[in-house]
Amino acid sequence: MADASASPASSQRKNILKTMEIDTRLLGMVGAFIVVCVMFNLLTDGRFLTPRNIFNLTIQTVSVAIMATGMVFVIVTRHIDLSVGSLLATCSAMMAMTQTSFLPAMGVDFGNPLIAPVAIIVGIVTGAVIGAFQGWLIGYLAIPAFIVTLGGLLVWRNVAWYLTNGQTIGPLDETFQLLGGIGGTLGTTGSWIVGVLGVIAACVAIWSARHARIHHEFPVKPVWAEGLLMVVAAALILGFVAVLNAYEVPARVLERQFEASGQVMPEGYVQGYGVPYSVLLLIAVAVVMTMIARKTRLGRYIFATGGNPDAAELSGINTRLLTVKVFAIMGVLCGLAGLVASARLSFHSNDIGTLDELRVIAAAVIGGTALAGGLGTIYGAILGALIMQSLQSGMAMVGVDAPFQNIVVGAVLVLAVLVDILYRKKTGAN
Amino acid sequence: MIDRSGTPLVELRDISIAFGGVKAVDHVSVDLYPGEVVGLLGHNGAGKSTLIKCLSGAYRQDTGDVFVNGEKANIANPRDARDYNIETIYQTLALADNLDAASNLFLGRELTTSFGFVDDAAMEAETRKIMGRLNPNFRKFGSPVKALSGGQRQSVAIARAVYFQAKILIMDEPTAALGPQETQMVAELIQELKKDGLGIFLIDHDVHQVKELCDRAAVMKNGELVGVVDVDDVTTDDLLAMIIAGKRPEHLAA
Ligand SMILES: Nc1ncnc2c1ncn2[C@@H]1O[C@H](COP(=O)(O)OP(=O)(O)OP(=O)(O)O)[C@@H](O)[C@H]1O
Ligand SMILES: [Mg+2]
Repeated sequence: MADASASPASSQRKNILKTMEIDTRLLGMVGAFIVVCVMFNLLTDGRFLTPRNIFNLTIQTVSVAIMATGMVFVIVTRHIDLSVGSLLATCSAMMAMTQTSFLPAMGVDFGNPLIAPVAIIVGIVTGAVIGAFQGWLIGYLAIPAFIVTLGGLLVWRNVAWYLTNGQTIGPLDETFQLLGGIGGTLGTTGSWIVGVLGVIAACVAIWSARHARIHHEFPVKPVWAEGLLMVVAAALILGFVAVLNAYEVPARVLERQFEASGQVMPEGYVQGYGVPYSVLLLIAVAVVMTMIARKTRLGRYIFATGGNPDAAELSGINTRLLTVKVFAIMGVLCGLAGLVASARLSFHSNDIGTLDELRVIAAAVIGGTALAGGLGTIYGAILGALIMQSLQSGMAMVGVDAPFQNIVVGAVLVLAVLVDILYRKKTGAN
Repeated sequence: MIDRSGTPLVELRDISIAFGGVKAVDHVSVDLYPGEVVGLLGHNGAGKSTLIKCLSGAYRQDTGDVFVNGEKANIANPRDARDYNIETIYQTLALADNLDAASNLFLGRELTTSFGFVDDAAMEAETRKIMGRLNPNFRKFGSPVKALSGGQRQSVAIARAVYFQAKILIMDEPTAALGPQETQMVAELIQELKKDGLGIFLIDHDVHQVKELCDRAAVMKNGELVGVVDVDDVTTDDLLAMIIAGKRPEHLAA
């Protein structure tokens, strides 16, 4: 795109971005995220960007972010899922009842190591079955997704209520709670190991992609561009680990731990939390979902169907079955999100996941998923979830009244989509 | 000359299909022999696309049967048609606009690595090869097909149909958006495929082109078959008369 009026400096900048083949849209989102963070940091006199708050922000985002990755597939195939918050509640209720009532009734008592895995499997299967059922109604019976999942919004919320008699179920199994966030972290050493492994994986991925292109004699980026990409990836990963490690476990908690094991805490002993297991789970979900989107036939068919359902059908893709699969994936992710959400609370509450459907859809849309279908990225949705959560907790920290918080979030959603539309028009990008 | 003594490659027998009250195709029978190009002619809305969609699996006929190599074929969906080595270039092109040329070419039949992941590099390499043959000016391998011109999109659709070694090829107005040079290349391609023994149904509004490329022409009007004629027995005016007036030329009306 030749732009005669562009100044030499800006055209040079464009060239660098072009050589790096970086998605400018992603850059824009990252920019918006940074602006939000810096703004709140100024407004809170530096309390927003402390390790503690970043840690909390991260674990608060996980549940919505997990579901948002699935919502990308749903919206890409031109559907919508309004039932995710309620489905999360049903999955959470099933998991809670499994550990506090079903399993004990079968003689597996509290504290048994089987409880957590069985409960998790029950939750995931519940999500998969309900999701697949909704997908079947949509794909095979041709009921619009909007209607099926609007019905689901009411049905599954109240199935959860029925299962638990509307009661709060807890406390949940200790192992189960490890996936909630602060209750289960890798510790500093473990986090560094995971961080280094992440850096290695990122570099290998970048390098092997380059290698494949060279193998087929396609044009490749210059080596310095690939190198810079690796450096940026490494800095981001290790920086993130460093911040989470810097959040120290309060001294009294440590003292209690030492007491419990019959030791005395050494003078000046400190310990960082490191990466929470729930964040590892989100990263695993993100990697798997990205692989599905980019590297599998299923993903290819999801995007093809979103781009042109008729063409997909004529190409021999079973678009009905595809719909079932997409909603089943969404259901599984609701199960995982229910796991994280209830583990974080340490109990199942009747209103768990309320309004999550809106947060999840907003995250996907702010993350660049087009409601017209065919377009969307997993990392975008996660970033979208992070931006939403930052706004929400930032405003809470600043002391904005609750009604104003929601007004701002709603307005931001609409504004984000407007900016996206303008951006696409301007760049002529798809 | 085409040898029509054996069993036809494809036989559409007494096909009818109606949409609501509209009889889009009304008891039409056409056959196609190996190495033959049969042109389908007719006014807009005559039912040409609908007829061939019964063969490509996009529609299910209300009555009538499809025979492939003399055997009754049960084609319920596009996947079944592919199993019979039937490839189709649709009038609407049937491309996913958000995907690139290679992804469209291999849609539904992706090349995969040994781990079962889609092998984008291999697919792009194959696409570059075949596009080099069909449309050497084509460069936009990285962009979604939305960003392509009408003719470029059409060449992607053609590439998809010929890449997978079809035995039966259906081309619904394949040159509608092509420039003269690209149209010539498609004409050469048709000749080449003919030599390989493929049977081709070619839908085209240009009677000169039909006379030049086809062995026989089937003319439809308002869903009914006017007649099937050897192109060497008729003039372009005869063909036009069949299309417009729906009458077989007198010297053939035996
Ligand atoms: N899916 C559909 N639903 C309802 N009517 C249809 C459908 N498809 C085709 N028709 C009708 O069937 C008739 C035949 O349409 P068809 O597309 O086969 O025409 P055609 O001969 O290919 O025309 P053209 O030269 O314009 O491509 C038309 O009257 C059309 O309106
Ligand atoms: Mg047509």
